[in-house]
Amino acid sequence: MNKLIRFIPLILFFALGIVLFRGLSLNPTALPSALIGKSFPEFSLATVKDATNIMTKADLKSGIKLVNVWGTWCPSCRVEHSYLLELAKSKRFTLYGLNYDDERELAQQWLTRLGDPYQFSAFDEQGKLSVNLGVYAAPETFVVDDLGIIRKRFAGPLDERVWRREFEPLIIQIENERKQRGK
Amino acid sequence: MFNKLALFIVLFLSSLTIYASPVDTYEFKDEVTKIRFNALTKELRCPKCQNQNLADSNSPIAADLRREVYELLQQGKADIEIVDFMVKRYGDFVLYRPRVSSLTYVLWFGPALLLLFGVAIVVLILRRRAIPEAEKVLTVEQKNQLDNILKDKE
Repeated sequence: MNKLIRFIPLILFFALGIVLFRGLSLNPTALPSALIGKSFPEFSLATVKDATNIMTKADLKSGIKLVNVWGTWCPSCRVEHSYLLELAKSKRFTLYGLNYDDERELAQQWLTRLGDPYQFSAFDEQGKLSVNLGVYAAPETFVVDDLGIIRKRFAGPLDERVWRREFEPLIIQIENERKQRGK
Repeated sequence: MFNKLALFIVLFLSSLTIYASPVDTYEFKDEVTKIRFNALTKELRCPKCQNQNLADSNSPIAADLRREVYELLQQGKADIEIVDFMVKRYGDFVLYRPRVSSLTYVLWFGPALLLLFGVAIVVLILRRRAIPEAEKVLTVEQKNQLDNILKDKE
C-alpha cells in the first residue's frame, strides 16, 4: 500500500503529460458551430451584382445548398475560388455566395475577373446574416439540406481533398435521407 | 523642488499606461447603457482573435459584433438576452466566464476538489507521523536530566 502511494505523483505526472500532449495537436481555431441542426436564418440582402435585387431565404432553391462566405480581403478565398468554379458544375447541390464585410465594386471586379461560381452572392456589408450564421472569418462553407437545416459548417479553404473528406460523405447521407423520405 | 519632483513622478507614471483600443463613435442614451456596453464588450470574446475581447479587437468581426451589441442595447434588450444572442450563434466559446454546465464542472469545481485532495493528503501524513511521536516516553536517565535542568533554572 505504502509503495503504491509513492507512485501516485508519477502516475499523475504521466496523466497530465498525456492530456497536455494531446492539447498540442488540437486546432484552437476549429470551433464547433452552435448552429448545426438549426434552420438557416432569415435574411434580406441585395446581391453583389445588383444593389436593387433583394434576396431572401425564399429565393434559395430546394435541394441541397452550399453557402460559401467570401470576401475580396481574404487571401484563402482566392485560393479556393478555382475549386468553387469546379463545384458549381455539379447538379447535386446549388452554390450560393455570402460576401462579407466587403466593398461592392471590389467584389464585382472579383467575380468578373475570376468567374462567378455562385447562383447569387448576397452582399452582407454590415455582417447581418454573417453574424446570424456565427461566421467569424472567411472562407467558411455551410451545408444546408433540402429541409433548410444547417448540417455543417467548415472553416477554411475548400479543395479536392477537403471535399472528399469533409463534404462528400455528408452530401451522400443527405441524398439517402431524401430518398428514404420519398418512399 | 519637492513639488516639482512629485509632479514629475506623477506625470511619468501616468505616461506608462497606454490604451490602444479601437474607437467607435457610438452615442448612448444614458450613462448606464454606456457602462453596460463597455462591460459586455469586455466579457465577450472575439471569435477571430481568440485572446482578445470584443472591446480590444480591431478585426472586422469584432467591429460587427460591437455594433450588434450596441443595437441590441438600443432595442432595450437585457444583458442576459444579449449574451444568449451571442452564445446561440458562436457557442459557449464567446464567453470569457464559462457557464456552469456538465461540460464545465471540471473547470469550476476541479480546483476546489484538488485543494480538498491536497488537504486530505497533508492531514493523512501528519496523523501518521504524530502517533509514534506521542508514544515516546522518557527514559529514567532523561528524566533525571530534565529534573536537573529545571532545578538549575530555579
